[in-house]
Amino acid sequence: MSNSNALPSWDVLTKHDVFPVANHDELARLNFLTHLNVHLSSQILPGVKTAYETQVKPEIMAETGKDPSSRHQVRQHMLNNGYFQMWSALRRNTMEMRHQAARAQVLGQIENIVDKVDKACHNDANLQLDDNVVVPPNVAMVDIHCQPGCYYQEYFENDVTVAASYDLGLFVTTAGLLGALSDGGGQGIANWLKTQHPDFKPKRILDIGCTVGHNALPLAEHFPDAQVIAVDVARPSLRYAHARAKSLGLTNIQFVQANAEDLRQYEDGSFDLITTSMFLHELSHQSMPKILKNINRLLADGGLNLHLEQPQYAGMDVYQQFIRDWDTYFNNEPYWGPMHELELKQVFADCGFDPQDMFDVGVVSKVDEKIFGKPKSEGEDYGRSPVWNALGLWKGQNAKISEKVA
Amino acid sequence: MSELNTQLSDAEKINLAGTKAKGQRPYFLADKQTEQALSVAMTLAMELSVTKERLASLECLLVDKGVIAKGEIDNYQPSKEEVAKRSLDTQAYLARVLRIMQQDKEELEANDPDMQSVQDELTKS
Repeated sequence: MSNSNALPSWDVLTKHDVFPVANHDELARLNFLTHLNVHLSSQILPGVKTAYETQVKPEIMAETGKDPSSRHQVRQHMLNNGYFQMWSALRRNTMEMRHQAARAQVLGQIENIVDKVDKACHNDANLQLDDNVVVPPNVAMVDIHCQPGCYYQEYFENDVTVAASYDLGLFVTTAGLLGALSDGGGQGIANWLKTQHPDFKPKRILDIGCTVGHNALPLAEHFPDAQVIAVDVARPSLRYAHARAKSLGLTNIQFVQANAEDLRQYEDGSFDLITTSMFLHELSHQSMPKILKNINRLLADGGLNLHLEQPQYAGMDVYQQFIRDWDTYFNNEPYWGPMHELELKQVFADCGFDPQDMFDVGVVSKVDEKIFGKPKSEGEDYGRSPVWNALGLWKGQNAKISEKVA
Repeated sequence: MSELNTQLSDAEKINLAGTKAKGQRPYFLADKQTEQALSVAMTLAMELSVTKERLASLECLLVDKGVIAKGEIDNYQPSKEEVAKRSLDTQAYLARVLRIMQQDKEELEANDPDMQSVQDELTKS
């Protein structure tokens, strides 16, 4: 029997010191849910498009005499379509099952994990917590991507349940395509810099909205002489991230509890690389300009700012926009849609950046293909695939550099 | 196990594992209860998959320890009596799983009274 379609087991993930262990049945659950996600996206999701083309689109055209004009119109009609209803019900439920499975697994060993995190965090200058940091409304209003407790809730003093659960579950949601440390995004950035800009040697790097630090660590690893500052508002995520980084042997990264809307502790032009990974879509119209203005202030002349995201909606047909927008309404990602329809270059320009400095480039998850296989374009699970669009800018460089996919 | 007191009881941990994400939950099917039944079915499907995997592990261990030979279960030929027992077991199993349909069929045939009519009858003075 050919093995070419076999998916990697969750067990191939790198087991850092604070990574939750899985017993036999816990592992079987995570692998089942990974397979279920792949089945839903590769076998069932294509039928949603068929239902749209054969049933819903003709219905809209009969009603209005015109082609469907917006993702919202498509969604309103699709919500009455039985096939879409069933796929959506299954997809939502799978996300909830994944959270329950991961949380049950973590809570079963939380004393051990917290014990290790406490030891790693004790009197270590690489972790800077600040009790005055308030979780902003864009993070607090709903639990983002249906993760109970979001990134920040603590169920007892010094709890890290939500962070450990997030770390172990990324594999399940992305079907393993983010690699052994779920760091495909950060590896993608590091690989792109390595191949396209081998002479770029940043001394100070800022990663904003770092959660458990998975996408910041490849930068710390790739630039061992640089000091990486990774900020987030979520205390348990930062504590877990710090212990995770330390156990992986990285000491040139400091985790700082801070709201990126207020980074007054850092001087103007004090960073030469500022990154975010899958962060912009968790902001708001209020917070994004404040953060971008801070980035503009903190970025040194000639420095690079890079935002990893799924592609913007502009130029996509309405079905593609609609299906990519599913998470906005049905997976607690309320800012996903509004962010993806922004004219980002204009937003950046309004925050003081020079539009001439900006560029778009594709960034592909960089993982061990022997274990995880190559990223596939077929059966893409929209919004969760490991192929990103990076919006970047070299400050004051007037886009002299022509950017290529690594 | 560490001495740390998480202040969470086992029952609280079970409850916390399944806690709801903040934000109104969308329902997609025409009937909310149908979707809830689907959710139950999917969890049972997962648990069945987990059980199958556990059996596969058990089989591997038995082979590794020399208790059975590889392929012995796949090639196992049950006796005539065993086949008959399994047939009955399967019938009973299906009857359990599909009990609701059996009872709905019986009700279609029975013209059962509703409880209010029975109560009215029983409380006639």
